[in-house]
Amino acid sequence: MAVLGRACLILAFALTLYGVGAAIYGAHPGRRAWADSARRAVYALAALLTVAFVIVEIAFITSDFSFALVAGHSSTTTPLLYRAAAAWSSQQGSLLLWAWLLSLWSSLVLYLTRNRLREITPWATAVLMGFGAFFVGLVVFKESPFATLAQAPAEGVGLNPLLRYPSMMVHPPMLYSGYTLCAVPMAFGVGALLARRVDAEWVAATRKFALAAWLFLGIGIVLGARWSYVELGWGGYWGWDPVENASLMPWLISTAFIHSIMIQEKRGMLRMWNASLCLAMGTLAIVGTFLVRSGIIDSIHAFVEQGNEIAWAFTALIAVCASGSIWLIYSRRDILRSEHRLDSLLSREALFLFNNLLLVALCFVVFWGTFFPLISEALTGNKSTLGPPWFARYTVPLAIVLAVVAGLGPVISWRRATWANFKHNLIWPLSFTAVVLVLVIAFADATSNWLAIAMFGAGAFVIACVGQEFWRGTRARKIMSGERLPRAFVSLVARNRRRYGGYLVHLGIAVLFIGIAASSAFQHSITPTLRPGQTARVGGYDVRYLRPTASISVNGSGHVEHINFGSDVRVSKNGKFVSNMHTERDYFPTQGAGGTLSDYFAGNQTSEVGLKAGLRRDIWIDVNDTNIGSLMPIIRRGDKVFGDAKSIPAAMYNQLLGQALLGLVKRYKATAPPVQFRMLISPMATWIWLGAIIVFIGGLTALWPSPRGMARRARATYKARIAQDLGRARA
Amino acid sequence: MGGVLVVLAIAVVLAAVVWVVSGPLRHRHSDDPERERRAVRRAELDAAREAKYREIRDTELDWRTGKLSDADHAALDRVLRAEAVAILNELDELGDE
Repeated sequence: MAVLGRACLILAFALTLYGVGAAIYGAHPGRRAWADSARRAVYALAALLTVAFVIVEIAFITSDFSFALVAGHSSTTTPLLYRAAAAWSSQQGSLLLWAWLLSLWSSLVLYLTRNRLREITPWATAVLMGFGAFFVGLVVFKESPFATLAQAPAEGVGLNPLLRYPSMMVHPPMLYSGYTLCAVPMAFGVGALLARRVDAEWVAATRKFALAAWLFLGIGIVLGARWSYVELGWGGYWGWDPVENASLMPWLISTAFIHSIMIQEKRGMLRMWNASLCLAMGTLAIVGTFLVRSGIIDSIHAFVEQGNEIAWAFTALIAVCASGSIWLIYSRRDILRSEHRLDSLLSREALFLFNNLLLVALCFVVFWGTFFPLISEALTGNKSTLGPPWFARYTVPLAIVLAVVAGLGPVISWRRATWANFKHNLIWPLSFTAVVLVLVIAFADATSNWLAIAMFGAGAFVIACVGQEFWRGTRARKIMSGERLPRAFVSLVARNRRRYGGYLVHLGIAVLFIGIAASSAFQHSITPTLRPGQTARVGGYDVRYLRPTASISVNGSGHVEHINFGSDVRVSKNGKFVSNMHTERDYFPTQGAGGTLSDYFAGNQTSEVGLKAGLRRDIWIDVNDTNIGSLMPIIRRGDKVFGDAKSIPAAMYNQLLGQALLGLVKRYKATAPPVQFRMLISPMATWIWLGAIIVFIGGLTALWPSPRGMARRARATYKARIAQDLGRARA
Repeated sequence: MGGVLVVLAIAVVLAAVVWVVSGPLRHRHSDDPERERRAVRRAELDAAREAKYREIRDTELDWRTGKLSDADHAALDRVLRAEAVAILNELDELGDE
C-alpha cells in the first residue's frame, strides 16, 4: 500500500508540473484545448491525492505500524475516531491534507467556472497547480507520509492526548479549507491581472470564493478557540498565540476584501486596493501555514519540532508570492484605476473604506506582534515576545471603532445619504445604546473597565441597528406582499440573502464582541488549594471540594490508556445549590509503559475541565495540581521493587504491576491530599460561541445561491425584463 | 504476487490519468478567436447586468427602509436603469451565441 501511495504522490507531482505548463500555454488565444487539459489535470490531481489520503487513513484505522507516520502518531489504544483524525496531527499528514484540500477546492472552483472567465481561468489554474506542486513536492521529497519501517513495532507512540477532543477532528480540516480557499481568490486575482480583466465577472466570482474562504477560516478559528477554552486548562479562548494569529490575519484581510469588493462591483472603485487585498489573502494563508508547520515561533498549537527543514521552502514561497504580487499590481496599475470617485463621505462606500482601513490596521498589529520575536532577534540578537496586554492595547480600541462602523453600515445608503435620513435612522439605535450603557454602568465597575463598557455600547448599537433594519425590511415586505410578519421576514431574507446574511454576520460579531468584553474584563479568577470539605469563594459563588476521585482507564485490549486523578466539587450561591461539577487531570503512560510504575505518570497530561455554561456566566473549574507528588515516595519504592523483580514471569509481573497501580489509586482517594484548583467565573462567555454560530449562519445565508441567481441569458430585445426581473425580487 | 498487483495498479492509475488529461487534446476543436472574443464579452456583460440589477434592487430596498428620500431614489433609480438598458443594448448587439 505504501508503494502505491508513494507512486500516487510522484504521479501527482508530475501532474502539477504538467498542469502549470499546460495552463500557461493554454492561456494564449487559440489554445483552449491545453487550458481544458490543465483543468482536467486538477481533477486528476484531486483523484490521485484522494487515493493517497485514503491509503494513509486505512493505515491509521488498521494501526499498520509499518508506516512510520502511524507508528509515530497513533496506537492501538487510541480510539477509532481519533485514529482517523490522527493523520493531520503529524507534519506529513498535515501537508498531505493541505495538498488534498487544495486539489478538491480547486477542482470544484474550476468545474464551476469551466464555461466562464475564459481568459482568467488558465492563469488561475497555473497558480493553483503551482501551489499544488509546492505542497505535493514537500510530501514527495521532504516529508513523506509513506515512509516505512524495516521492523514494524508492536505498538505505536499514540496520538498526543491534547488532540483527543472532538472539535480537533474538525478544526484542522476547516482551517486548512480556509487557507486553501484563500489561495483561490489569489489565483483568480493573479489571472485577472495577467489577463487584464478585472471586470464584473471576475468580481462576482472572486467575491464568492473569498466568502467561502472567510467562512471556513472563521469556523476553524472558533473551533480552535473552543478547544483552547475547554481542553488546555488555562481558562482562556484566545492567547494571541502565533498559530492563532496566523489564521486571524487572512481572516481579517478576507473580511476587508468581501466588503471592498462590493464597492468595485457597484461603483468600479478601489480596483487596486481589491487586487492587493486578494493577493494578500493568499500570501497570508501561506504565512499562516508556514507558522503552523515550520515551528519557527513557539506556539502551544504547533505540534511540530522547531527548526525543521521545510521552513526555508516556505520562506521562498512567501517571498515569491509577496514580490510577485507587488510586481503584478505595479505592472497593471493602468487597468486598476477607479472609474468613479466617492460621491459623499456620508455613504456606505465611505464607511466600507473606513472599515477596510481598520481591518488592515488590525491585521498589521497582529502581524507585528506575531513576528516581533523574529524581528527583535534579527535586530538585537535577543528573542522578545509581545504578550496579550500588548495586543489588547491596540486591538481593543480598533475593535470598538470597527463595531461602531459595523452598526452604521446597515443604516446608511449607497452613493449619497442625507443627514436627515441618517439622523432619523440613528434615533432608535442610539436610544437603545444609551439605555444599555446606563444599565451596564449602574451594575458594573465602569471606572476600571471603560474599554469594556465602550464595547458593550458599540455591541448594543450594532444589535439595535441590525434589528431596526430587519424590522423595517420585514414591514416593507409585509406591506408590499400582504404576507404575515413571519412569512414576510423569511421572504425578505430569502430574496436578499447577501444583504441580510451580511447583517446577521454583523449581529453575530456584536454578540461575540460583547461576550469577549464581558468575559475578559469582568472575569473572576482564583487558584485556591483545598482539602476535602474546604470551600473557596469566587465571583460570589462558593465552591466546596467534596472528594477526590481516581481511576484507571483501560482500553479494549487491556492496556492502560490513562490514569486520572480528579475532584468532585459543589457550587452554590448565597446558600442555594447551583451545580455539582467534576474536574480531573489525566496522566498518560510513556510509550511502551510497563517496566515501572513511573512510566504511567511520565507521559502527557491533559485537563478535563468542569464547566457549567450559561447565558449570564460560565463557571469553569480545573484541577490545576492534583498533588500526585504525595504518591511519589511510594512510586519510587515500587519502581525499585519492580526493577528487582524482572526475573519473574511476564504475566505475573504485569498482574502485580496492575495491582500496584490500583493500590496507588485507592491510596490517593484515601489520603485525599490538598489539591490546587483554578476557578473562573466568566460572565457571558457563552455569548462568544452563540455569536460565532450567528456569524456562520449569516455567512452561509450570504453564500447560498439565490434561485434567481442562476445565470439566465436575458435577451436584450425584451427590455421590459428589467422591470419584470426586478419586480420579482422587490422587498 | 502482491508486488505485481501493486505495479498493475500503478499502471492502471497512470493510464487513467493520461487518458483523462489528454482528452481535450485528442478531441481538439478549432478555436474561433472572434467567437471566443464575443463569448468573453457576453459573459462580462451578463455579470455587469446582474450587478446592475442588484444595485437597482438595493437602491429600492434602501428607499423602502428609509435610507433614501423619494427624490434621491427617483433620481438614482433613473440613472441605474439607464445604465442597465445600455448594458442590455450592448448584449443585443452581440446577438446570440
